[in-house]
Amino acid sequence: MFFILITGLLLGGTYALIAMGLNLQYGVARIMNLANGEMLVAGGFAAFWVYTAGQVSPIAALLVVAPVAFVVNWAIYRIMLRPLVKRAKSRGALEVDSILATFGLSFALVGIMTWFFGGGYFNYSYLTGRVDIFASSYAQNRVVAFTIASLLAAALWIWLSYTRAGLRMRAVAVSPDSARLVGIDVPAVSALAFGLGGAVTASGGALISMFFTLDASVGVLFTMKALIIVIMGGVGDIRGTIVAAMILGIAETFVARVIDPGLTLAAAYVLFLGVLLFRPQGLFGRTPT
Amino acid sequence: MARVVLEVRDITKRFGGLVAVRDMVFDVHQTEVMGIIGPNGSGKSTMINMISGAFAPSAGEIRLNGQEIAGKSAHRIARMGVARTFQLVRLLPELSVVENVVAGAAFGHRKRWGAEAERHARQLLDRVGMGQQVNMPVSSLTYINTKRVELARALACEPEVLLLDEWLAGLNPTELQTGIALIRSLRDEGRTVILVEHVMDAIRSLCDRCVVMSSGAKIAEGTPAEVLEDPEVIRAYLGADEDA
Amino acid sequence: MTMRDIRNLILSAFAFGLLALLPLYVSGYILSIATTMAMFTVLATSWALFSGPTHYISLATAAFFGLGTFVTGLGFQTLPMWLLPIIAAGLGAVLAALVGLVTLRLSGVYFVIFTLGLAELVRQVVTWVQNRTGQRGMYVLTSITERDIYWQLLGMAALVFLVGWLIARSRLGFALRIIGNDETVAKHSGIDTAAAKILLFMVSGAAAAVVGAMMAPRYIYIEPSTAFASILSFQVVIMALLGGTGRLWGPLAGVVPFTLLWEFISRNAPNQTLLLLGIAFLLIVYVLPGGFVGLYDRLRHRYGQGGQ
Repeated sequence: MFFILITGLLLGGTYALIAMGLNLQYGVARIMNLANGEMLVAGGFAAFWVYTAGQVSPIAALLVVAPVAFVVNWAIYRIMLRPLVKRAKSRGALEVDSILATFGLSFALVGIMTWFFGGGYFNYSYLTGRVDIFASSYAQNRVVAFTIASLLAAALWIWLSYTRAGLRMRAVAVSPDSARLVGIDVPAVSALAFGLGGAVTASGGALISMFFTLDASVGVLFTMKALIIVIMGGVGDIRGTIVAAMILGIAETFVARVIDPGLTLAAAYVLFLGVLLFRPQGLFGRTPT
Repeated sequence: MARVVLEVRDITKRFGGLVAVRDMVFDVHQTEVMGIIGPNGSGKSTMINMISGAFAPSAGEIRLNGQEIAGKSAHRIARMGVARTFQLVRLLPELSVVENVVAGAAFGHRKRWGAEAERHARQLLDRVGMGQQVNMPVSSLTYINTKRVELARALACEPEVLLLDEWLAGLNPTELQTGIALIRSLRDEGRTVILVEHVMDAIRSLCDRCVVMSSGAKIAEGTPAEVLEDPEVIRAYLGADEDA
Repeated sequence: MTMRDIRNLILSAFAFGLLALLPLYVSGYILSIATTMAMFTVLATSWALFSGPTHYISLATAAFFGLGTFVTGLGFQTLPMWLLPIIAAGLGAVLAALVGLVTLRLSGVYFVIFTLGLAELVRQVVTWVQNRTGQRGMYVLTSITERDIYWQLLGMAALVFLVGWLIARSRLGFALRIIGNDETVAKHSGIDTAAAKILLFMVSGAAAAVVGAMMAPRYIYIEPSTAFASILSFQVVIMALLGGTGRLWGPLAGVVPFTLLWEFISRNAPNQTLLLLGIAFLLIVYVLPGGFVGLYDRLRHRYGQGGQ
């Protein structure tokens, strides 16, 4: 039981990082990015590639993956999504457009990645030793991935909470209209948030690739999980995202160990159902009325 | 006096820690035009939104012809006979003018469908002075005409109570006279109307009775002449804002 | 009914009659493409019945479809064939009602996300049940030929068009249009918006399940990973949006070219089908909002024949 809890938390740490990326994109830039999982897979591919080609550690690869993902996602927002924001007559119209556009992007990315890397699975052996925690042993790469994910998440949280740029971002998240009135360049902040979100997710992908077998088309599964975490934790709520990610990590590990490893999505869905039925505003969200 | 159509009893609405409406009590009688007035942020729109079912009160009762409606969903309240217009006009952009009015007739209090609904809608459009523009797209309408269509839509279900949420706001002086005349003609037909309004001329000339709200509570009730001379009402208006 | 309605009805009946003669003249590859088109016509048209007016993007088609194939797979030996699509329709409607009850009270994003994983969820659960009971895939060996499937689907297409036509002139169809325009107004006009959306989603889900039940004999061997392949949901969305959901015939205008294109790509560059899907989505958003129907209306408007 304790083993499940720790394994679940280790998994949840990486989930939290990925979901924070999606939450930045949806909470600040107001784009439901369904290509989020493909960014993750791309990050994993990059880590795989530098490790197998040049024996560069996936952790060092983060130094390249994050900035590149930032620039790519920033450009995607400016070139593809900004025009949709501009032409949208209502929040609902923007939602439909951005869902369709990011689905398109998602499929195109899967197509391109299959083209370059083939449709097969890929994994590599890195830090395969064991670590002992409380009398049980855990894979070294999972523990390292968790540690780095936690550090990145903490850094992001501090940045959002204590810097001016972070404050601007939170202002746009709360109300784009009011943010504009106090002189915040909302499109620029949105693009920044979208880029940053992409960088965070891709970093999460590089970390996950250390212990998880990926393939070009697995992205949608991670998109799904990240979406469920964001909804469960509450849009724009970092604390909620972290708690929700931990809950999902533990629930998945529990189901995989105790019932059947093929039912992890079902576990996520049970949580999702509970949230939709009882707390659609998120774990820590205030009831609107 | 005529029988009571709508009874509001001890209605309170809290948003988190904020009390938007506190212990409101009033009656609306049949064929009466009742005004709800008060400075901005005094809770008038919240009150209207609770009567129409846009949201549920935190406590209290609202009865329509003796039946409890507080906390019921908006569509059920609409079917029981409450119709409304919106503070910011809401027309259905992809539907023609006449379809917008049929939308009010087809599902509400007195249901009409097909040719009968269309005939009814045309009559109502005629009634509000829009007989010439029934087949136009709503995007081509002037501001006052969008308000007329919305009014016709609310009338289309033959409501027991009609809620007009700042229906006269934003009209220019000429349009305002037209608008006041239109509402007066509704009153002369014997309709029961609740009017949330800022325009004092309209309140004086249209309302049989007024409830004055300030900071969510009722501070006065009576004929327009009575309440507008009430010292507390004057203080509430001058103290809060100059909108009146 | 106006003269125009009667004329359209007669023309449609005539067109369906002609299409029904097709298997007498062609067979093999062409007939199989025609069957695929008939399948997508039913799926995309019934998808648009719900998603067109409400703007809720449903990605649940594969879940309903897979449910239908399993109904046939499990029941074809013990139950009469004509009963299977009816059972599938019932189960599809029930599944749609459950999904609708959970998500349709909330905003569109929740609905999209929930339906996005639905097929995969059902697939996982079915696989799990099969593993526990020691069962694997199923052989559906029947005497039903490609021709029969084509005729069944064509009949189903006719039914869906008829239902769509009836709904469009019913109070339910009008209610859906109002909801798509402004849900607040709909509620305050006395429309039970959740019930209306759920009801139409049930119609759409039932139709997709029937298609699955009819298609099952074509696959011969049924297993969860093929029956609940979520790509089907996306193909249907693209075809419907490419054609346009503003008219009843809109999705059909998307089905025909996209099926041919898909067939061509998957024969010549099978790895590029996903890229094609992606590009098609982007094309719809950036170049063809409103689909071919929207384009047709704009052109008609420009050349001054806009009758409405």
